[in-house]
Amino acid sequence: MELLKKYPKLFQWLFLLIVFFGLCFAIDVPETYKFIRGQAEFIKDPNQSTYILFGKEVRYYAFDNFWRLPPLLGWLPIWINDGLFFLLNEWMPMEFWDSATQEYKTRPLVLQISRNVTAFMTFLIELIREILLGGVETIVAFTSWNFVSAYPWAKLPGLPWTIVAAGAAILAYKLSGKGLAIFAGLVMIYISVFGQWKPSMQTLSFILVAAPLSFIFGLSLGVMAYKSKRVEKALYPILLVMQTMPQYAVLVPAMVLFGIGDHAAVIITMVVAIPPMILLTLLGLRGVSPEVIEAGKMSGCSNWQLLTEVLIPTARRDILIGVNQVIMVCFSMAVISAFIGAKGLGWNLLLALNQLNIGLALEAGLCISLIAILLDKMSLAWANKQTDYFGNLTFFQRYKNTIFFGGAVVIGAILALAGSFFFKEGFNYLYEVPHNKGISTADFWNKGVDWIFDTFFVYIKAFNTWLITEVLQPMRALYLRMPAVATLVLVVGAGYIIGGIRSAFTVGGLTLFIALSPWWDRALVTTYMATFGVIISCTIGFTVGTLCQQNKYTTNFMLGVCDIFQTFPSFVYLIPVMMLFGVTDTSVLIAVIVYATIPATRYTIEGLKSVPAALHDAATMSGVTKLQRLFKIEFPLAFPHMMLGLNQTIVFALFMVIIGAFIGTEDLGQYILKALSDKAGGGKGLVLGICVAFIGLIFDNLIRTWVEKRKKHLGID
Amino acid sequence: MTDAVIKCESVYKIFGANAKKMLEEANGNVDAKTFQENGCIVGVNNASFEVLKGEMLVVMGLSGSGKSTLLRCISRLTDATGGKIFIEGQDLLSLKDKELIELRRNKMGMVFQSFALLPHKTVLENIAFPLQIKGIETEKSINKAMDMVKLVGLDGRENYFPRELSGGQQQRVGIARSLAVEPDIWFLDEPFSALDPLIRKEMQDEFLRLQEKLKKTIMFITHDFDEALKLADRIAIMKDGIIEQLDTPAKIVLSPATEYVKKFTEEVPREKVLIIEDVMDAPKSDNLSDLKVSKDEIIENVAEKILSQEKSVGVIDSNNKIVGTVHPSKIIHTVFGGRKENS
Repeated sequence: MELLKKYPKLFQWLFLLIVFFGLCFAIDVPETYKFIRGQAEFIKDPNQSTYILFGKEVRYYAFDNFWRLPPLLGWLPIWINDGLFFLLNEWMPMEFWDSATQEYKTRPLVLQISRNVTAFMTFLIELIREILLGGVETIVAFTSWNFVSAYPWAKLPGLPWTIVAAGAAILAYKLSGKGLAIFAGLVMIYISVFGQWKPSMQTLSFILVAAPLSFIFGLSLGVMAYKSKRVEKALYPILLVMQTMPQYAVLVPAMVLFGIGDHAAVIITMVVAIPPMILLTLLGLRGVSPEVIEAGKMSGCSNWQLLTEVLIPTARRDILIGVNQVIMVCFSMAVISAFIGAKGLGWNLLLALNQLNIGLALEAGLCISLIAILLDKMSLAWANKQTDYFGNLTFFQRYKNTIFFGGAVVIGAILALAGSFFFKEGFNYLYEVPHNKGISTADFWNKGVDWIFDTFFVYIKAFNTWLITEVLQPMRALYLRMPAVATLVLVVGAGYIIGGIRSAFTVGGLTLFIALSPWWDRALVTTYMATFGVIISCTIGFTVGTLCQQNKYTTNFMLGVCDIFQTFPSFVYLIPVMMLFGVTDTSVLIAVIVYATIPATRYTIEGLKSVPAALHDAATMSGVTKLQRLFKIEFPLAFPHMMLGLNQTIVFALFMVIIGAFIGTEDLGQYILKALSDKAGGGKGLVLGICVAFIGLIFDNLIRTWVEKRKKHLGID
Repeated sequence: MTDAVIKCESVYKIFGANAKKMLEEANGNVDAKTFQENGCIVGVNNASFEVLKGEMLVVMGLSGSGKSTLLRCISRLTDATGGKIFIEGQDLLSLKDKELIELRRNKMGMVFQSFALLPHKTVLENIAFPLQIKGIETEKSINKAMDMVKLVGLDGRENYFPRELSGGQQQRVGIARSLAVEPDIWFLDEPFSALDPLIRKEMQDEFLRLQEKLKKTIMFITHDFDEALKLADRIAIMKDGIIEQLDTPAKIVLSPATEYVKKFTEEVPREKVLIIEDVMDAPKSDNLSDLKVSKDEIIENVAEKILSQEKSVGVIDSNNKIVGTVHPSKIIHTVFGGRKENS
């Protein structure tokens, strides 16, 4: 009884677990149940039951309802699909002026809007693309200048790569200094020499449109949410879901609305990149001290001045993290949107992975990562720039960057011209190194992969088999053995113990949604893969983080490593693991582990760092050993922050698991991938995405509530 | 009085959902307790006073006494719930947004407890900020800001960022910024509270030197009674949103109006606060010593001289006319007597 009073929570947990396992054993596995593989739900199976909802037939396996809930939400994807279709093709037909046919034409409103947005995006992308690569299509399209289309020789030449490289270096120098300039130059030269110029510039043009647009929209929506409670309340749930929604899932509905190609990719990227930007803007603006705002007001700022001169610059730190996120998402999407036909490095990467040409994939992936790091660093430098008022500059000093750039343009142009004489036959390498005509190390890498396979095949195979048969399969079977009702009880119970009735209702509702969807089994598989990844990631991350934190240099080194790894587009992680483990579940899991270890490590280091120095000293003075200090003082205090790391780890792991569908897993991700090629896949993709987002949100809710309580208890904020 | 720069007439500030309605129903009889029961918090309760041109009014009170709220009502950073506020005869509460901005740009300057500097701007840019907001061209505003940098003694550090400065230096920047537009009215909200004692004293002296030169109309907020005594022309002591007493330092020390005020004055070394005029008796022509003291001298400075005399000492004004006398025993009584045991 004493014990019960002392640890009431512990006994609540114990009770919950006993109930859970009791339920698990009490509920029998129905005899008809076997794990449904592949496309079971598209096939008419006499064992299936059907019901009609909203005029649609929904089929499901009539299992015992305690074991698996009936898929009552089966109509939802169909309904969403029909809704989208209706909106796009039938709703609100209106008269629009068609400039091509010179007459009014009846078109549904949404379709017209979507076409206009599409045209605008296409224009922006093409414009930048043509500056970088040459061409006159935009000029033709927007001036209807027949002259150009009449004469095929009238073609705008693109910038020779030398000029772009020099321009990038000069810009980097102006923004930051020598270091970044050299890096920028090297990156550009690498891209060119390795024959990745054209796809890189295509990707770059896509990002130069998507990133600024995402930034502008995110910032303005963030400001609006800051100014008005109502906007914030309306946005918040969407933001929450979008944060944990796998990027794949957005592809499908957007494809329905905007078609395929670069423009659709830009729009999807914006959809994915804007939410974190909004959240970080809001966070930053909230963090501005009221006295600073008052100081701005007392200086006589109008509302606009207050916003642009005081609020946004003061919130700069968080807004910059937002920009950073936007850039990361853009690169990540640059690859993923290759699925819907965006051109560029992502397309090449996807193609190479499909052909299992690891070397080529590695080169494309490296290019994307390098450009990502470069843009990230440049945007940071730009935000930190300051002006010098008293610099008594000569004309030359003031305009030296412009002059140098002018010089670079002239020299580059002359070189390109000279090149056209020099390389009479074939390609002008000083103008543009054509794709696949540059140096390629692909063969080297491929040989390396072959060598690894030849040499270590036995071991890798043995490890693989062991992992799959001894660890993964049992774990998966265990997860699939969880009856829906028992799982629901477990989740609701955990919610109640951690956060009370409110939390219980939230997580219960989220779980119920998944349980009532037709994909409960798949969701369990997704959860099992994510859990496996998270457990290993956290073990590695917490250990590495703790070890590194013991020393200032290793701390900074590790944080730097985390920074760089985080800049890599998520897809790139698949390349090395496919090199080593081929197309197996092990590959996906290892990619998950590598990817999700980043936040685990980072948050551990940051959490330990945030333990006040005074406490550190106090502990040392009371004579604890290093290990005691770690376990008695530092871990308990850093734990809330580390748990936020766990939260991030889960989100990262889920993302990677879903992307892993590309290699071939049997979870929700696979279905999302399938929905991509399904004509009526829009609704399905969205609902599947929401399911994944909800899995993330269940953990998110539980962890966050716990962290908040714990923080209050410890008195840290 | 015609030259009242700031004038408040029964100003109320009440926080809460239906504050305005409750204030109307209370009919000028606001009781903090009943308001609190109804979910409203009284910030400022019936404040009426004037600040004259070139005068420094120090509002003193402990945290939660409503002193900062009062200041924010007068600078209209929050809107007062009831009452009237006049700035140079202009009704502040009736000003439109544009007029208010104009007023702030030209007439008001404010210094904050936590300095409230813009972290992304250098010292120079921070000081030039109000000027640039006004639309003054960069070169002019930077030159003006440079003058202000010199005024507060930060030359050589104009290109530092606030985070690179010590607290005292940051507050110098805050002061320079608030003075950059050459305002007539200067609000200071606990400007020295966040500083170390030594720096605080240095800044107070510096502040007095500046005020000597600039002669602004000042409202100064502090929770430090000693600081109030040192700086103020007049002190307003606030408690629970009510101004308990508003008077010159000497009068507050000599005759505290309420028990609450008395608690502050008990520990005050009077010889450092009072001047001869405060303690002198009526002039009498006979039996005076040869020593004469000015009526504006602080007692501490002349006590030794007076105590060395046996007879009463004559008190003279600036025209060398005798206006009163002080007997050495009176000094002893002022310094050592009439404290706790007499209260």
